[in-house]
Amino acid sequence: MKKFKYSEITPEKIYNKRRSFVKSLGFGLGSLSISSLSLINNAFANIEENKPTSFKDITTYNNYYEFGTGKSDPYLKSQNFKTKPWTIKIEGEIEKPLELSIEEILSSFPSEERILKLRCVEGWSMVIPWMGFSLSKLIKKVNLKPTAKFVEFETVYDPEQMIGQRRPILNWPYIEGLRIDEAMHPLTTVVTGLYQKELPKQNGAPLRIFIPWKYGFKSAKAIVKIKFVKRIPNTAWMNASPREYGFYSNVNPNVNHPRWSQATERPINGDIFAPRIKTLMFNGYGDDVEHLYSGMDLKKYF
Amino acid sequence: MIKYFRSSVFLLSTIPFIFITYKIFLNKLGPEPIKEITHHTGEWTLLFLIFTLAMSPLKQITNMNIWISVRRMLGLFAFFYASLHMLTYVGLDYRFDMNEISKDILTKRFIFVGFAAWLLLVPLALTSSKKMMSVLKQYWKKLHRLIYLIALLGVTHFIWLVKRDVTEPLIYLLIIILLLGFRIKFQKTS
Ligand code: HEM
Repeated sequence: MKKFKYSEITPEKIYNKRRSFVKSLGFGLGSLSISSLSLINNAFANIEENKPTSFKDITTYNNYYEFGTGKSDPYLKSQNFKTKPWTIKIEGEIEKPLELSIEEILSSFPSEERILKLRCVEGWSMVIPWMGFSLSKLIKKVNLKPTAKFVEFETVYDPEQMIGQRRPILNWPYIEGLRIDEAMHPLTTVVTGLYQKELPKQNGAPLRIFIPWKYGFKSAKAIVKIKFVKRIPNTAWMNASPREYGFYSNVNPNVNHPRWSQATERPINGDIFAPRIKTLMFNGYGDDVEHLYSGMDLKKYF
Repeated sequence: MIKYFRSSVFLLSTIPFIFITYKIFLNKLGPEPIKEITHHTGEWTLLFLIFTLAMSPLKQITNMNIWISVRRMLGLFAFFYASLHMLTYVGLDYRFDMNEISKDILTKRFIFVGFAAWLLLVPLALTSSKKMMSVLKQYWKKLHRLIYLIALLGVTHFIWLVKRDVTEPLIYLLIIILLLGFRIKFQKTS
């Protein structure tokens, strides 16, 4: 029997081989130095483990409690969610608060493909070909006051449409946040799409944030407000259980969640015999981001 | 009559196993198959523990002895699903990496109580035969009361492992408490 190579039958594999990697070589990442972002595309994707997860898995296996706590709830229950019209308020410790429509954002900040790894705090991971741009580009357009020390992302609150918000599973609306230097890091990505398509609703449409070196829940979805603040934000999961979820929540195999081991993870691919893989410090982005935390005790600031 | 009843219960009890096997072979377990197997087998362990506990109340309510004739079998199915559940974790998930597994048992309370529940099921399964019943006599009953403790450890395991939404494990807890209450009440009145 003739065996097909995986790449011959899986569209995404062909896709990632022929198009995105080649493309990213030519386009680079604007003002950033390519080498500092090597993990985004080329070098990163050449390792078998880092082949992008299938579109189907990325879009049907999600944690998005606004649409329910089951993994398939977001896919099943978000399809009628209205993402147009959509505006994003930018406010707080900045010179001039403003409101941008999603169209304005999409046209002012061109998105590029960024293949980044997602590590969920529950111990699984995916490699996702996002479309997006560095949050720093947007932050540079607003004049931060020197008092802006943190940034807060707020997910829309709309229990009419988001049935998960009708129960107090978390303190709605979902709030996440970063330190300003983390927010300014080029890997901190404003996501607008995936697999070169519009961002599916279950993945946080129309606009979400993605921070590849932190556990997935740090990356807030369906953002309506970006607020610059003086004090450390009271983020959703930290609020729910401070013992289990810290503000930083950097991927760290040496700090175990009280209920899950963080030393290993299971790459999502539907293969019952696929082994666990070792979880890497900062999800493998250590070279790019460890300077942000020099001198910090990451066991204490988990 | 009893014979047919017992065979039907036996066949029904294998359905979850057949269903899981079917899903494995037809690749219907979704993106995270091992977790899915763990969830199915865990849930069925708890359900079979509850079925086992429900038999003596059912006998009291219906005044029929027939329920007691399947009680030990249901208990053995609980042990069967618990063992599949445990082996999924030990074999499929951690590939018999005893180092990681022992670390998990010692550092995670939900694994610890789950493992304790499974260990306690072992002597019950070993002494489940009619022969052992007559060997152990009155001690048999005492020993097999451990099933209540096992069920409670099982729900505790479930409560501790869920991330946020504890509705489902709390429903199980409620059922077990009701069954336990029934038992205590009944013992007092009889
Ligand atoms: C009588 C014994 C046990 C009972 C009643 C039981 C029951 C359960 C239940 C109800 C679930 C959740 C299923 C769901 O989410 O739908 C579960 C999950 C789990 N159990 Fe058990 N269990 C038992 C023993 C064990 C043992 C011995 C181990 C391992 C040593 C174990 C490891 C796990 C794991 C790893 C999960 C999945 C956790 C996750 O979702 O990440 N359990 N169990």
